Amino acid sequence: MQAIQRYILVTVCGIFVILGYVCLNRLSHVGQRRNGPKILRSYVDWGDFSFNEDLHLSTKFRRSVPSQTYRQRCRMSSCFDFSLCENGFKVYVYPSWKNVVSDTFSQILTAIEQSRYYTNDPKQACLFIPNVDTLDQDKLSHDFVHDVQSKLSALPYWNNGRNHIIFNIFSGTWPDYTENVGFDFGEAILAKASLSVSKFRYGFDISFPLVAKDHVLKGGDKGYLYSSSNNIPSPREYLLAFKGKRYLTGKGSETRNSLYHVHNGKDIVLLTTCRHGKSWEKNKDARCDEDNREYDKYDYKKLLYNSTFCLVPRGRRLGSFRFLEVLQAACIPVLLSNRWELPFSEVIDWSKAVVSADERLLLQVPSIVRSISQSEILFYRQQTQFIWETYLSSVEKIVLTTLEIIKSRIKRHKSRANKLWNLEPGALSILPEFSDVMEKFPFFYHQLGTKPGDKFTAVIYATTPIALASAPLFRTLRNVAKSQNVVKIIVLWHCDIPPPPSHKWPGDLGVPVLVKTRNIKTISARFFPFKEIETDAIWSLEEDSLLTTDEVDFAFSVWQEFPERIVGYPARNHYWDEIKQRWSYTSKWSNEYSMVLTGAAVYHRYYNFLYTHQLPPEVIDTVDQSNNCHDILFNFLVSHVTKLAPIKVTQRKVYQESALTNVNLNASKPLSWLQQHHFTQREQCMNTFTQHFGTMPLIRSKTRMDPLLFKDPVSNMRKKYRQIETV
Amino acid sequence: MQALRKRHLTSSQSIYFLLLLTTVIIICMMMLMVFVWSPSNFEEDQFRFSRSINTNEIVTIHTTQKIKTLPRDTSCTFHTCLEVYQCGYNDETKISVYVYPIKSFEDENSEELTLSRSKEFDEILQAITDSDFYTSDPNTACLFIPSVDMLNQNNLNLKNVGRVLASLEWWKDGSNHLLFNMVAGSSPDFHSVVEVDTGRAVIAGSGFSSLSYRRIFDVSIPMFNPLVSGLQLPVFSNNHAKKYLLISSQLGLHQEYLQVLRQLHEEDDQFLLLNTCPNHQKPWNYTQRCHNSKIYNYPHVLQNSTFCLVLRGSRLGQPALSDAMQAGCIPVVVADGYVMPFSEVLDWTRAAVEVREDDLADIIKIIKTYSPERIQQMQKQVKYYYDKYFSSLKAIALTTLQIINDRVFPYAGKSYEYWNDIPKSNVVQNPLFLPLSPPKSQGFTAVILTFDRLESLFQVIKRVAKVPSLAKVVVVWNNQNKAAPPMSSWPYIGKPIKVIQTKKNKLSNRFVPYDEIETECILALDDDIIMLTDDEVEFGYEVWREFPDRLVGFPSRLHLWDNSTQKWKYESEWTNEISMVLTGAAFYHKYFSYLYTNSMPGNMKLWVDDHMNCEDIAMNFLMANMTGKAPIKVTPRKKFKCPQCVNNEMLSADLTHMVERSECINKFTSIYDTMPLKSIEFRADPVLYKDNYPGILKKFNDVGSL
Repeated sequence: MQAIQRYILVTVCGIFVILGYVCLNRLSHVGQRRNGPKILRSYVDWGDFSFNEDLHLSTKFRRSVPSQTYRQRCRMSSCFDFSLCENGFKVYVYPSWKNVVSDTFSQILTAIEQSRYYTNDPKQACLFIPNVDTLDQDKLSHDFVHDVQSKLSALPYWNNGRNHIIFNIFSGTWPDYTENVGFDFGEAILAKASLSVSKFRYGFDISFPLVAKDHVLKGGDKGYLYSSSNNIPSPREYLLAFKGKRYLTGKGSETRNSLYHVHNGKDIVLLTTCRHGKSWEKNKDARCDEDNREYDKYDYKKLLYNSTFCLVPRGRRLGSFRFLEVLQAACIPVLLSNRWELPFSEVIDWSKAVVSADERLLLQVPSIVRSISQSEILFYRQQTQFIWETYLSSVEKIVLTTLEIIKSRIKRHKSRANKLWNLEPGALSILPEFSDVMEKFPFFYHQLGTKPGDKFTAVIYATTPIALASAPLFRTLRNVAKSQNVVKIIVLWHCDIPPPPSHKWPGDLGVPVLVKTRNIKTISARFFPFKEIETDAIWSLEEDSLLTTDEVDFAFSVWQEFPERIVGYPARNHYWDEIKQRWSYTSKWSNEYSMVLTGAAVYHRYYNFLYTHQLPPEVIDTVDQSNNCHDILFNFLVSHVTKLAPIKVTQRKVYQESALTNVNLNASKPLSWLQQHHFTQREQCMNTFTQHFGTMPLIRSKTRMDPLLFKDPVSNMRKKYRQIETV
Repeated sequence: MQALRKRHLTSSQSIYFLLLLTTVIIICMMMLMVFVWSPSNFEEDQFRFSRSINTNEIVTIHTTQKIKTLPRDTSCTFHTCLEVYQCGYNDETKISVYVYPIKSFEDENSEELTLSRSKEFDEILQAITDSDFYTSDPNTACLFIPSVDMLNQNNLNLKNVGRVLASLEWWKDGSNHLLFNMVAGSSPDFHSVVEVDTGRAVIAGSGFSSLSYRRIFDVSIPMFNPLVSGLQLPVFSNNHAKKYLLISSQLGLHQEYLQVLRQLHEEDDQFLLLNTCPNHQKPWNYTQRCHNSKIYNYPHVLQNSTFCLVLRGSRLGQPALSDAMQAGCIPVVVADGYVMPFSEVLDWTRAAVEVREDDLADIIKIIKTYSPERIQQMQKQVKYYYDKYFSSLKAIALTTLQIINDRVFPYAGKSYEYWNDIPKSNVVQNPLFLPLSPPKSQGFTAVILTFDRLESLFQVIKRVAKVPSLAKVVVVWNNQNKAAPPMSSWPYIGKPIKVIQTKKNKLSNRFVPYDEIETECILALDDDIIMLTDDEVEFGYEVWREFPDRLVGFPSRLHLWDNSTQKWKYESEWTNEISMVLTGAAFYHKYFSYLYTNSMPGNMKLWVDDHMNCEDIAMNFLMANMTGKAPIKVTPRKKFKCPQCVNNEMLSADLTHMVERSECINKFTSIYDTMPLKSIEFRADPVLYKDNYPGILKKFNDVGSL
C-alpha cells in the first residue's frame, strides 16, 4: 500500500517538475520578447514635436499675401481690414445707383439700405457695396454691364476691393460657362451664385442663391407646406419628378441627357425637352420627339407640388432657378450637381434638407430615394420650408443672411452657435448679443428639456401723477406683490411730475420696488431691456390694472408652457378691409383674436431685447411719435419670429380702470374724437408695420385658456384660482 | 495492539499523503491553466494583424527604376479625385477599406526606403483592420491605406516615399488612397501639408491651413501626443474652481507673440505665462514648464485654468490643442487660417474660442465676455470631443473613416447632432418642429376602436357625423369571432365609413397608421363616447390645428408622486392640474400612430397588449417624450358615457383598475428612464365661453356642460 502511494507521489512530483520547467521556460521567453526588438518606436520624439522654435522673420509678414496670388489666397485674415469694423458692423452703399442698375440688383441695394446695418457715412462703414451692377456677367445677356472693372476701380473707397462685396449671379457664357466672373475684383468678397467647391474661398466668399428676376423684396411666397398636408406616408402622387430642358450641346448635357433611363412614367417622372434656343432642330437627336411629347403632358408647377422628391440637376451652371422653386414647393431636392457649393453653405446644414446624389451614379438615384424612411421625409420636408422661409424667400432675407454671415466672421466670439442657424426660428431672429447660451432664449426650452425660471419681474407703466394713497398704481402694486412668483416690481415713470417720495409708497410689499424715471422719454421705453430685469418672464402691466393676484399667477402659469408667446388678457383682432383694401384693427368681441395687448400680458424678456435692437429706427419712430401702437408692433414682432398666435387667458377683456368707466359711460354713445383718432392711428400703424415686415405676420387663434375647473359646478374651495371665478 | 497501532499510523500517514497529493494536483492544474492560457498572450504580438497583412516580405525598388510620381493635386475635390464606383460594393451605406500588407521597401543596396512603422501608425492600422470598414479584398475596396508610415515628415526621405507609394499595386496616381500625417513640413518653410508626392490621394493631416486644405476631400485630424496621452490626470468635479483664467504653456513661441503675452501677463495676474525652465538645457523636459523659476507639472497645470492658449508655432497644428482638451481646458486658438481638427463635422464654436492673430493683445478681454453658463457648456463639450474623437489613435482613425464614409453616402450620413450633441436623456427632437397649422379643409378622421357593442358604436358614428370637419370614419374591428356587419346595415352619414378587420384582438390596433387614414389629424374615439356635442368636437379640432404636435382631447387625468409608496400614482379626480389626455376622445397627428407602431421603446407595446390596458397612457408618454410638451384638455366636459349618471362617472374607477393604471405609469417611467409627462393648470375654451354675449354670435355654443 505504502509503496504504491510513494510511487504515485514520485510520479506526480515528476510531472510537476517537468511542467514547472516548461512554464518557466515559456515565461522567460515572453520576457525576452517583450523587451526585445518588437517594441515599436514612437512617431515623434521630444525634439521634433513642439520645440521647433518659431523663427519666422515676422508674424505679420507671414500673414500678408503675395499680391500675385491673392485671388485664390484671400481669406478674412489676409484680405479684410478688421480695423474698419471696430465701431460696429455698418454697411455703406455707394450712392446714386437708382435707375442705373438691374431690378434684382436694385432690390439687393434697397434691402441693404433698409436694414439696421446701413450707414450713409463711408467713414463709419465696415463693409462697402459698390453701385456697379455686377450681377450678370454673361456677355450674351441683356443685362450684361460692360467694363465693370474700371468702374469699380474708380470708386472712391475701393482700395483694391478691401471690405467690398461683389455680387454676381451669372458668369461665363456659351459654350463653356466658366466660373470666372471675367473681371478683376481685387480683394473683394465675392457673393456669387453657382460656385463650385474648388473655386469657393471658404470662410471668405459667400455662396449666393440664384435669385430669379421676380424674387420679391420683402415677405415672399409662403412655403407650400403651410397650406398643404404634412402627412405620413407622403401624400404626394409622385416620388421623384423633374421637368426641364435638355442641352444638346455644350456644358451640362451629360447629366440631363441620361435622365430618361430613370424615368418610369409612374412614380418617377423625369421629363426633358430639346426645344430651346433658335436652332435646336438642327442638333436634334433621335430621342427629341419622343421626349417632347412626354414633356408636354405634365405641368411644371403641378409636378413640383405633387412630388415628394424633385431632381435638381446642374444646368448650364451648377445652380439652377429650380432649386429655390423646389424648396418653396416643399419638394425635397435631390441634387445632381457635383461640386456645387450650396447657398450659404457656411451656415446652413443642407444635409438636413436635401438629398445629395452623385452625377456619376445617376442610376442609383431611384434606390437612394426609395431607401429614405417616412420619418426622414417628414423631417426633410419641414426643413426645406424652414430654410426657404427663414433665409431665401425674399431678397431682404437673402441679403440679411449674407450680412449676418460676414458679421459673424468679424467678432467670432460674439457670433451665434452654428446650431442656431438650422433650428426654428432661425439665426436672423437670434441676436447673439443677448446671450451666448441657447437656454436663455425663449425658443428652446422644450427641446433642451429645461424650463423657464419660475419667477417673474413685473414692469408697470405709469403716466399719471399720484395724489392719494388709494391711487390705482398702489393697488396694482399690492395685488402683484401678493403673487408667490414675483421677485421684483419695476415702475416705469413716464410723467412730467416726479413720483412721490419713497416713504409715501406702500411699505409692506415684501418685494423690492424700483421706480425708473430716467430715460423714460418715449412709449417704447416700456420695452427697453433694463438690466434690472433678471427673470425670463416679464409681467407687463399698466398703473390702473384691474387684475387680481390669481389672474397674475394664472397667466404666468400658462406662459410657462408657452414661453415663446405673449400670454395675457386684452385680446384684439385684425381683418382685411375689402373696401379700403387694407388691414383693419378691431377691439370688438369676437370668436378669434390675433393680438394680446401688452397692458396686461406676460412674455419673455428676450422680446424686449429684440424690440429695442432689431427693429429699424424708422419703425420705432412711428410708435414713439404717435405715442401709440407699441403693443401692436410688439405683437407683430413676436408673431413674425414665432409664426404663432398669442394666447388669451380667461374671460377678462377690460384690464384698465379708465377703460372700464369709458365702457360704462359711453356704451351707447359714439366714440369720442380722441378715441376715434387713437383708433385711426392704430389702423395706420397696422399697415405701416405690414409694409415693414413685408407680410402680415399676425396669426389668429380661436382658443382661450381657462383654469381647469373654471366655472365648473363644483365647490369653489376645490379651485386653485378662485378670484378668477368672480371677475 | 501492535498491528492496531501500525494501522493507525498508516491511516494518519495516508491522510497526510492525500493532502499532499491534492496540493500537488491543484498546483499542477494551475500550471496547466497558465500553460493553456499563455499561448494567446505569446502570440498577441505575432498575430496583431492577420497573416495577409503582416508579411515579412521585402520589396526592392531600384534607384534607377522609372516610377512616375505625381505631386499633390491641389485641385482635387471629392467628385474629381475619388472614384465612387467601387464604394457601394458590399454595403450601400458603408465604405470598405483595404490595408496594404506591411512590407519593407529597400533599394538594391538593402537601404530602407521608408521608416519602420511607428507604434502610433501601427495602432491606426490595427484600428482600421479591426473595424467594420475593413475588407481584405482589394477588388471590392473603396479606400486603400498604404502601410507606409508617414506620420512624421522629419527623417522621411520624401522622394523615396513618393516612389514607394507610386509603386503600390492599386495606386493609380493616388486615387482612393488615404494617407495619415501628423507632423508636416520642415524647417524653414514648414509647409502645412506633407511634402511627399501624393498625387490624388486623400490626406488626413494635422496642420492644414485653409489654403492647403482641399475642403470635402482632405480630412483635418488632431495631432496625437504620445508624450501625455497615456497620462491619467486627476478627476475634478464640474464646479472645480480654476485658479487661472488663461494659461499659455507652449514653448518655442515667436518673439513677437511672447512680447504681447508678457505685456498681458503684467496687466492681469489671472493669466499664467509658462515657458522653459531656466536651468534646463535642450532637449527640454516636456512635462515641466516654468514661470520664472517656479516649476509646474505639465499638462497637470492646465487643469487649473479655464482657458488655454493654443498659438501657432512654426507649424499651424500644435499638440497644445489636444493637451489642453485632455486637461478639460477650453482652447483659445490663435492661428490664422488653421483648419481645426474634424472641422467638417465638429462645431468648434461650442468648444473653442478662435481669435485672430491680430487680436492677440485683446485676448483676455475677449474671453472675459463669455458667460459662466457658456463656459460650463464649453468645458463639457471639450471633454466630450476629447473622449470621443481625440483620446486615442483608434478614435482618430475611425472618425476619419466615418467622415469619408459620410461623403460617399451623404444620404446615410451622420447628423450634426450625432457628432456634436452630448447624449442627454431629457433632450427632445420634436418631429413636428415647424410651426404649421394644418389646413382646415383636410378635416380629421375618426378612428373608432370597437369589439362588439354595435348599438353604442352606431350612436357614436351618428354623433360624430354631425361634425362639419369630419372627413371619414375608420372603424377598427377587433372582434376575431364575429365579422363586422355588412355595410348596408351601417348608418348612412354622408361621409365614408371604412371598417378594418384586425388579425388579433390587440389594443395597439387603434394606433396603427392605416392607409385608410388620409388626413393628418386623427380623432381617436372609444365606441361608448356618446356625450360629446358636435360643437365640442369641432372646437377640439380647431384647437388641435393650433397645437398639432400635442394630444388635444376631452378626458383628462393626472399623475402624482405618492410619497408613502415612493411611486407614481394615477389620479382621475377632478383636479386643478392635468398631465394626460385619454385617447378615448382625443385628436393627434397621424405621425404619432406611425411612431407608436414602429418605434415605441422597449416592450411597451407588448405590455399594453398583454395587459389589455394603458394604451392611452403609453400614447401620452410617447408624445410627451417626443415633444417635451403637455397635452391640452378641451372644454369643461368630464362625462362621456352615460347621460344619466349624476356623479363622477368613473365606471371603471374600481380599485384594481386604478392600481393597474398606476402600475402602467411606473412601468413606462422605468422604460423611458425618466418621467416625460408634464402637468399644466389650464384647459382650452372657446374665446367667448361663458361670456355675456348673444349666443348666435358665438361660434361654439353647445359647449359647457359637464
